[in-house]
Amino acid sequence: MSSKKTLFDKVWDSHVVRSIENGPDVLFIDRHLVHEVTSPVAFLGLKNRGIDVLHPEKTFATADHNTPTINQHLPVQDPLSANQLKALEENSKEHGISFWGLGHEKNGIVHVIGPEYGITQPGATIVCGDSHTSTHGAFGAIAFGIGTSEVEMVLATQCIMQAKPKSMRINVEGALSRGVTPKDVALYIISKLTTSGATGYFVEYAGEVFRDMTMEGRMTVCNLSIEMGARGGMIAPDATTFEYVKGREFSPKDEALDKAMAYWETLYTDEGAPFDKEITFDAAHIEPMITYGTNPGMGIGISNDIPMAENVEGGATTYRKSLQYMNFNEGDSMMGKDIDFVFLGSCTNGRIEDFRAFASIVKGRKKASNVTAWLVPGSHQVEAAIKDEGILDILHESGFELREPGCSACLAMNDDKVPAGKYAVSTSNRNFEGRQGPGSRTLLASPLVAAAAAVTGKVTDPRELMEMESV
Amino acid sequence: MAYDKFNILTTTGVPLPIENVDTDQIIPARFLKATERKGFGDNLFRDWRYNPDGTPKQDFVLNNPIYGGKILVGGKNFGSGSSREHAAWAVYDYGFRCVVSSFFADIFRNNCLNIGVLPVQVSPEFLHKIFSAIEADPKAQVEVNLPEQAIKILATDEKESFDINDYKKVNILNGFDDIDYLMNIKDQISEFAQDTPL
Repeated sequence: MSSKKTLFDKVWDSHVVRSIENGPDVLFIDRHLVHEVTSPVAFLGLKNRGIDVLHPEKTFATADHNTPTINQHLPVQDPLSANQLKALEENSKEHGISFWGLGHEKNGIVHVIGPEYGITQPGATIVCGDSHTSTHGAFGAIAFGIGTSEVEMVLATQCIMQAKPKSMRINVEGALSRGVTPKDVALYIISKLTTSGATGYFVEYAGEVFRDMTMEGRMTVCNLSIEMGARGGMIAPDATTFEYVKGREFSPKDEALDKAMAYWETLYTDEGAPFDKEITFDAAHIEPMITYGTNPGMGIGISNDIPMAENVEGGATTYRKSLQYMNFNEGDSMMGKDIDFVFLGSCTNGRIEDFRAFASIVKGRKKASNVTAWLVPGSHQVEAAIKDEGILDILHESGFELREPGCSACLAMNDDKVPAGKYAVSTSNRNFEGRQGPGSRTLLASPLVAAAAAVTGKVTDPRELMEMESV
Repeated sequence: MAYDKFNILTTTGVPLPIENVDTDQIIPARFLKATERKGFGDNLFRDWRYNPDGTPKQDFVLNNPIYGGKILVGGKNFGSGSSREHAAWAVYDYGFRCVVSSFFADIFRNNCLNIGVLPVQVSPEFLHKIFSAIEADPKAQVEVNLPEQAIKILATDEKESFDINDYKKVNILNGFDDIDYLMNIKDQISEFAQDTPL
């Protein structure tokens, strides 16, 4: 047994309360994020058992999944949604949990506000009843999504029972080409590994590309870990990470910061530490990506053609069913396909850098008349930055409106639903059948690709629009 | 939440030979607005099962009266995507007690284990045999024996063993859940909590 440890081992092992022989570990959880959709049954469970939340100070609640993105100051119209929001507010109040509901200045998508307010920290264990909790791995935290029974478990005992997953390291070396964003890196990796290629593993992302990435870029990559089946993904914290974390509301200060830093600086994979699987990609092979099918693994470089069924791993029947749903053909080019909707937002791409990227393309151009665009900031803090940086003016001049924060059309629980048969270029994370509304067809892409589609009304390589600017 | 104990289940199976069945198909997000765990079975596979006007889609397996039983047999990578436990609830509430596939997504598998739906992972070859047996005779009985960790197609006597860790096995055999366990070690957890750096 090697004494050399991976980053994942270090964080995991330091949180094990006890190990059960031929069973799971009991893992202590540092931060529990809670939202309205996956928590009410958990709180009900506590009530039925007559137990309280053990650590309300480690628990943070926000409303995001099932909220409107216009007129948030008015009462929520849908009675079921209103009831669910009320339940979270009441449960938070009853158990002394900080609650940032609709209209609160700190409200936003749970995976956007966690980092913004310093709740997310290196070396922490973080869970939430949402699979994109993997986002927080960008800080060198072990962060993963859980089910409602597990939400109840963590509320009751601040612990979860999990078998330790296998380890995988994904290296991307070299430098990214112009127009290639963190979203493209993630979609590229998923297209190579497939949507189940990392199931059973926890991923560490390493190599030049991730070292050079901003924290927001790292969040986008780690966010999408679940789309290759991994429970989570993480990146070793470095100067970029510490710089981001320091000074935020819930970040440690003074002596507590010194103590935290002493721990954080140990958080890297030891030279020679073993991984169960290791894969390396060359950054030069990655171009702007777009998906053509009904899972996030069905992605290609934007200038490529849709693969033929015989060249695809897995069942041809499932593959053809997927293309039939999308109304695409094997061998089709994606470029030039007409689109109807553009969605910029979500925990994947709803941060300020995503809005800057989108604005860089639409600036001086007009929204295509056939496109309905929903631009939804990930939080009020992102919304404020959009206004402060003059991005809102650029968007308005180009014919775009900004909506209010929330998960919105990523999962279409609210009214932001793409109609049946319509195509949406979306910066979100899932292109499953009906994900953005019953019968909707989703093309996942980066904010740059979304912006290029928004101004041309069709699938367009954003580099064409970028090159025009540099001439 | 308490659930029915699982021991030996002998029943017919419902075949769904599609890969990468995601939890948005099992239960679409628009049906996640409840605050109680009730009625999710009605919307299991909602958009594959019903037309937009609410009429059943005749070609979907759940609408075909020749198929039934307490085992749902799915293609590879069953339950991928969202962590919504509502997907496992919908499967349970509809009447399934076991899901068989050649590969499960991680969170869905955990969610099933936590509510007493047994996920049985078999080899791709054995999965194919089950699909073939059901295709040949929709009344073909399949026996899932948890104590012995074995699944058998009764008509052909073909059998395969499956994995489950001892801890979860005991839980599901007895209808226990993890909170029962964790509440019993609360002192150890409290002691641990005092030494955490964050």
